[in-house]
Amino acid sequence: MIEIKNVNKSFNGKQILFDVSAKFEAGQTNLIIGQSGHGKTVLLKSLVGLHAIDSGQIIYGDQVFSDMSFLSQKQIRQEIGMLFQGSALFDSLTVEENVRFPLDMFSTKSAEEKLDRVNFCLKRVDLNNVNHLYPSEISGGMQKRVAIARAIALNPKYLFCDEPNSGLDPKTSIVIDNLIYEITKEYGITTIINTHDMNSVMGIGEKIIYIHSGRKLWEGNKEDILTAKEEQLNDFVFASELFKRIKERV
Amino acid sequence: MALFYHTGRYVLFLKRVFAKPEKHRIFIQQYFKEAEKLGIHSIGIVLIISFFMGAVITLQTAYNLEMAFIPKYTIGLAARESVLLEFSSTIVGLILAGKVGSNIASEIGSMRVTEQIDAIEIMGINSSSFLVQPKILALVTMMPLLTVISMAIGISGGWLAGVVSGELTSVDYILGIRYSFKPFYIVYSIIKSAVFGFLISSISSYQGYYVEGGSLEVGIASTKAVVVSSIQILLFNLLLTQLLLA
Ligand SMILES: Nc1ncnc2c1ncn2[C@@H]1O[C@H](COP(=O)(O)OP(=O)(O)O)[C@@H](O)[C@H]1O
Ligand SMILES: [Mg+2]
Repeated sequence: MIEIKNVNKSFNGKQILFDVSAKFEAGQTNLIIGQSGHGKTVLLKSLVGLHAIDSGQIIYGDQVFSDMSFLSQKQIRQEIGMLFQGSALFDSLTVEENVRFPLDMFSTKSAEEKLDRVNFCLKRVDLNNVNHLYPSEISGGMQKRVAIARAIALNPKYLFCDEPNSGLDPKTSIVIDNLIYEITKEYGITTIINTHDMNSVMGIGEKIIYIHSGRKLWEGNKEDILTAKEEQLNDFVFASELFKRIKERV
Repeated sequence: MALFYHTGRYVLFLKRVFAKPEKHRIFIQQYFKEAEKLGIHSIGIVLIISFFMGAVITLQTAYNLEMAFIPKYTIGLAARESVLLEFSSTIVGLILAGKVGSNIASEIGSMRVTEQIDAIEIMGINSSSFLVQPKILALVTMMPLLTVISMAIGISGGWLAGVVSGELTSVDYILGIRYSFKPFYIVYSIIKSAVFGFLISSISSYQGYYVEGGSLEVGIASTKAVVVSSIQILLFNLLLTQLLLA
């Protein structure tokens, strides 16, 4: 479980996050939703310590992550997997080397055991026969899968995904969403996903927090969201013609 | 103001760069990879440039010393002094600032804007040490090698140009390059080239590491890397000459 309490974050005097508090349970897909530019990525990166927060607390299990030094954070970081918006695969390494990278850095496994683990992870994301290709040689959807395989290589307890289906077609998006959902359930991971995609919200939104201008305005799940009373949230949810029509039916 | 800001941030950056590597075996692998990419792959351009540089220096010296009472071997001597003292280290430094500097800045810069650096940090790895330390060490060790190669080729180029053009005989040239030879000049150039290697790799890495934005900014960083390292090379050339030869 991850809990954040009254998190504030600013860059050069410009405040981006205001007093954000939330709880993210293990074994479920927690969504952070909101329009582009409203602070989702900053929140996610603050959660994992890529941005230092101004005030507030970030708690992993019973450890206050935000108060720790870089060195003591290290142990928790090895339990974190992250899927970046643009996949962030190392472009000088092959698919296999990318997935093996965290193992090379942190595990004491033998070369064979590592390869087994790499192949297991690649198989888990339905990738076969791509071990020796470079990221530039595979499609965007496949890159996302490799990034997921890399993120789960060390059996993480926490998985962070920044817009996992940006740049993907609707069908591939659903495949990726479902993959993240299944992996979350299989391994009981605390998964936190940034998205502005209503299809994802309706598909895997077990817990949802809505961020607007750096403030949390609403929280709930995919069942409540269509009937929520929050005005800003309704603007966001019913922006598309499709969801407007759904609303008329509800 | 900007100067203080960058100097301060550069120093802090270097402090993180020289933290203990995460895994020694991987560090050594990376070192050899970088030494090949930055050093070995630069031998070609160093050969070409050094050859022509030696040839031109010899011919120009010859044309300027066309007086009967100056012995011909002086041409060889002058060519040797220019190549050993100045041209090999400085020209190789400036050429590599262009070739290697832009390469390093754009490589690290694009890793920054595509979040590859974040992906390294998130695992708890010190990304600056992981990415930059092997590059600095590789260039600091390869630059002296390139400089020595450049000296040999430059002096050979001078010999060939002098003899083929008929400006002086092979015997005169060889007498000239051996005349009152000071081995310290080679040491001096090697020290300079190691310093230049450090400047190029660290400045270019710094420029790439702090890129914000997209591919446009990566391009700007790579240009800046070349300009700033070239200026620093010229500045340190002056300082080191004062320090080592005065
Ligand atoms: N490193 C940074 N320095 C300064 N401002 C930033 C930085 N990262 C993000 N911001 C600003 O924070 C705001 C929120 O951005 P972001 O979290 O990326 O939005 P999104 O919800 O689309 O992920 C934007 O106004 C952006 O300009
Ligand atoms: Mg974002």
